[in-house]
Amino acid sequence: MSTKTKKINTGRDLKDKTEDLIKGAEDKIVISLCSGTGCKAAGSDDVFKTLEKEVKKCQPGMDQEIVLRRTGCHGFCERGPLIIFYPHEICYLGAGEEDIAEIVSETLGGKTVERLLYKTDDDKLVKKEFDIPFYKYQKRVLLENNSKIDSKSIDDYILFGGYRGLSKALCEMDPEKVIKEVKDSGLRGRGGGGFPTGLKWELTRKEAAGPKHMIVNADEGDPGAYMDRSILEGSPHSVMEGLIIAAYAIGASKGYIYVRQEYPLAVENIKEAIKKAKEYGFLGKNILDSGFDFEIEVYQGAGAFVCGEETALIRSIEGKRGMPKPKPPFPANEGLFGKPTCINNVETYANVPQIINKGAKAYASVGTDTSKGTKIFALTGAINNSGLVEVPMGMSLRDIVFKIGGGIKDGKKFKAVQLGGPSGGCIPEKHLDVVVDYEKVKEVGAMMGSGGMIVLDEDQCMVDIARFFMDFIQDESCGQCTPCRVGTRRMLEILTRITEGKGEEGDIEKLEEMAHMIKETSLCGLGKTAPNPVLSTIRYFRNEYEEHIETKKSCKRLHKKAKKKKVDK
Amino acid sequence: MGVIDLPKYELTKEENIKVENIISKFTGIKNALIPVLQEIQDDVGFLPLNVQRKVAEGLGVPEKDVYGVVTFYSFFTMIPRGKYNIRVCMGTACFVKGGKQIAENISKGLQIEPGQTTPDRNFSLEVNRCVGACGIAPVIIINDKVYKKVNPDTVMDIVNSLE
Repeated sequence: MSTKTKKINTGRDLKDKTEDLIKGAEDKIVISLCSGTGCKAAGSDDVFKTLEKEVKKCQPGMDQEIVLRRTGCHGFCERGPLIIFYPHEICYLGAGEEDIAEIVSETLGGKTVERLLYKTDDDKLVKKEFDIPFYKYQKRVLLENNSKIDSKSIDDYILFGGYRGLSKALCEMDPEKVIKEVKDSGLRGRGGGGFPTGLKWELTRKEAAGPKHMIVNADEGDPGAYMDRSILEGSPHSVMEGLIIAAYAIGASKGYIYVRQEYPLAVENIKEAIKKAKEYGFLGKNILDSGFDFEIEVYQGAGAFVCGEETALIRSIEGKRGMPKPKPPFPANEGLFGKPTCINNVETYANVPQIINKGAKAYASVGTDTSKGTKIFALTGAINNSGLVEVPMGMSLRDIVFKIGGGIKDGKKFKAVQLGGPSGGCIPEKHLDVVVDYEKVKEVGAMMGSGGMIVLDEDQCMVDIARFFMDFIQDESCGQCTPCRVGTRRMLEILTRITEGKGEEGDIEKLEEMAHMIKETSLCGLGKTAPNPVLSTIRYFRNEYEEHIETKKSCKRLHKKAKKKKVDK
Repeated sequence: MGVIDLPKYELTKEENIKVENIISKFTGIKNALIPVLQEIQDDVGFLPLNVQRKVAEGLGVPEKDVYGVVTFYSFFTMIPRGKYNIRVCMGTACFVKGGKQIAENISKGLQIEPGQTTPDRNFSLEVNRCVGACGIAPVIIINDKVYKKVNPDTVMDIVNSLE
């Protein structure tokens, strides 16, 4: 597939290119192998080498050309490595090197290798990827490309409709119209805050000072969340397309993608994507003959959770300690290098191309009154099907945990789901019917957050979970304001004391008092939300705190593990 | 704790040349402090005070700012890492699946605390922030290789097999 690089100068050029690619892809068999972080750890690199060899062996006898693609994360990390054969979408789970020869020859011969297919609880075999319950109840829009395209290939992205949104925005719409479309779509920030994206763009556009800057916040620091990682690794162009559209709408000439240090593959793929986009003319001067110029630079974090806070992130790009600043002024008024700056999360940008493509109305038809579109969650913990899931806003947590996640591991009992990371809270069984919606989730004491969803079973001590998050926050507090620096340390001391069986009467009240004080007086979002995990566990599991304090027992002594009730396979 | 006690490490001649080359690449570039430190950390493995001084002089940045940045970000270290750098993920998913026990067992097995390096500089241990491999938790990362669904009871077998 060595199509010569030809610059795409106009919308017409893109259309021709897309048509050529579609024609070229006809009648081909595509084997897609997941090469996300999870599948890599499960041996997908070696599987790829064997696949290459086997395909070379089989190809001469075949009428159809076979294309091998190493893709981003397919989501079903629990059962990796994942291999899918298109066009029939036959999906193999957990294949090792030793299985490849058989898989290739059997599948190309029109059969399947049954032992590597998904098996339902009642022993039925499932051949197609989207018939597997884990995928069936999802609505994969942002993640759709992840299992289909080679994450390093811009042609694959264009083949599946990539850069059409950019072409439409730049060639057919003026900046105000783009902003109006995004406002009408109801898109809200996916990093956790839920601020209306279109409004943010409008505020930045209205600022007179220049040059303006764009930032992609890819400092995905919430423990238990890897949605942004998977989008950047699997479909980097979708984030870039969204970013370029946003820059056009706002009138910015330079963009920064701030990726956390822990994600080397994301950095590699996004750098490759930038290089290709430049060659094709989607970046640089006079993009698609619109007169609009834009450049992107990748910036790597150095390991600080607080840099996910926008003002801290900006300081980090400026080469300083990443410490948040009081707001106002907001970045839209005075951001990077003192200039108006628009900063959005990875997933937010990835939503933009489809809004422009399909229109605001179609986009807003999915979701609830106040939360539109889909949301990606990292569904992990004590659950049968761990992985990355994308669901329409408005789906209940119960459906996510039991229908998609397949329920609790080892037949144990569900206890809670932790949503929103260190800023969020634990949702107990009685509120499990709450739907995915910024406001509804808040009502039950959690927070949408960036999308970490950790399922906890009956063995989990809830005081210990609160202690875990407080320990995290304590470690990551930047230390400039006293409530956060000292307050979280005092709270951690009390929580540790309780989990060690040394709790005292009045500890719960002390925790509550301090929690409210820290919430009200901290400088930035990190401190303001830091007590949430403690407050939500006290709200729903106060009895566990009391039991620890009354019996003076430590976690280990208080919580004897429940027996495995069902050993699968 | 209390008094800051920093171990002194001398760089080899080669390492010194590496450091100087990296600094000269970035001289005159605005806001280059973090990228310079990242590159040195990657190449040399740590950022002792004498290296920080060189960076400060080379970039024309106050030494206190360099020290401030090095101590703020967890990726930077002033202690050299081992030949095998073992990182135990302590994200939520890994934590609820036994991450804490894994860290404790390695710590016991190698007789070092997180953040330390064995005297022979073969192993160093870090307790990491979430690495985003939650679907295959709990994980450890040795150099760049991710080990999935690690069992706390047998984790030392993985470590011992490295030598």
